Amino acid sequence: MTELKRTPLYEEHLGAKAKLIDFGGWEMPVQYAGVIDEHHAVRTKAGLFDVSHMGEIDVNGKEALAFLQMLITNDVSNLVDGRILYSPMCYPNGGIVDDLLVYRYGPEHYFIVVNASNSDKDYAWMVEQAKEFEVSVENLSEQYAQLALQGPLAEIILQRITNINLAQIRYYAFAHGEVDGVSCLISRTGYTGEDGFEIYVSPQFARQLWQKILEIGTPEGIQPIGLGARDTLRFEARLPLYGNELGPEISPLEAGLGIFVKLDKIAFIGKDALLTQKEQGIPRKLVGLEMIGRGIARSHYPLQKDGEEIGFVTSGSFSPTLNKNIALGLIRSDLAVQEAVLDVMIRGKAVQAKIVPSLFYKRG
Amino acid sequence: MNPVDLKYSKEHEYARVDGNIVTFGITDHAQESLGDVVFVELPDEGATVTAGKSYGTVESVKAVSDIIASVSGKVVEVNTQVMDSPDLLNSDPYGEGWLIKVEADDLTALDSMMSAGEYETFLAQEEH
Repeated sequence: MTELKRTPLYEEHLGAKAKLIDFGGWEMPVQYAGVIDEHHAVRTKAGLFDVSHMGEIDVNGKEALAFLQMLITNDVSNLVDGRILYSPMCYPNGGIVDDLLVYRYGPEHYFIVVNASNSDKDYAWMVEQAKEFEVSVENLSEQYAQLALQGPLAEIILQRITNINLAQIRYYAFAHGEVDGVSCLISRTGYTGEDGFEIYVSPQFARQLWQKILEIGTPEGIQPIGLGARDTLRFEARLPLYGNELGPEISPLEAGLGIFVKLDKIAFIGKDALLTQKEQGIPRKLVGLEMIGRGIARSHYPLQKDGEEIGFVTSGSFSPTLNKNIALGLIRSDLAVQEAVLDVMIRGKAVQAKIVPSLFYKRG
Repeated sequence: MNPVDLKYSKEHEYARVDGNIVTFGITDHAQESLGDVVFVELPDEGATVTAGKSYGTVESVKAVSDIIASVSGKVVEVNTQVMDSPDLLNSDPYGEGWLIKVEADDLTALDSMMSAGEYETFLAQEEH
């Protein structure tokens, strides 16, 4: 087994007695105080996440825009400086390489943030696709630590130690400035369904910022949050996870990401396949499920209707916010009808669930 | 911390023996490693369980864990309270968080289980 990678905050996690796990080759905190407790902290107060394992890729050059337009499914041409775009990135067959964020630094310079477990694969894919463009693609993942401060009180806390006027950073926008005297990039983004910020900083200052934010957020009840609660938070807000809702065998149209697929763009990788899929009918659809019978649907459990397999669970869990057992499932489109009842096969036993709106949680 | 009057298994479950009635549960170490328990699946009263075989599951937010019977016999009582409040397994594994009571066919399977002292040694070794 290869050695697990560690973020610059590893010692902080040890000190906080976090439970550590292998996440995509990274030794990461899965929980500190407990998943449910941490989940509620983010929904009601504020939580701080170490997401330094995320990948950062720099795209720079005369044809940067043309390259990105070909590379990803969303339309980068309307993106302006200081704003961010979410997009799937597809294979020619329409399957998903990854989902990512594009930060526009300037008309010829972009900063791409990709999933940790995919960053090497994504970088290789991007370099390959970049050959026909006048553009440089550089993997900067080692040069950044990333902290996510999420929750309704995130802005109040962060504003105390930054010279950026956070109220002026809109959702999916970013700015460069200082946090606790350290140069950072701050974006109003996140993966929890709450308001909040993601802070990109040089690894050498990561511990300073981590400690400082936890310290100044103490009056608000800030807590460090592990990957366990990160997953339940994102799942309730229907934010897809690569490896669950997204993957090389799943198209963004099936995953409910159609609004991020601009089929009217002249060309992009996967366009033909996705166009065909759209014209001929999208075979599967991602639906929300609520358990009727006793049990928790877990990812990859089969879904059946009248004894026939119709799909599978992509994510499933107890929902701390709803206090219910819920799931997301990818099923045959013709059977994706609200209120319809189907069976989740839990260790060979059929347990009933019904189809419900998949956006389980939306902040008020 | 682990009560001295119980027997312990390598799967981090305990058995409390009272005559031929054996109460099953999971240890403090088990609940600690699982994290917040959110679901418990137990057999019905009157069902039979087999020593060394799974008789149900305990699920935390992230993990599903089989629970293994320490003796064979008939289920005479099920703790329905933990089915409604699975967090009792976290807050009181040796008390209110018990799982089922079994009328044992015979108690010899318990001989291979550990005492509290042996279990603590086992836990210390497992850490390494």
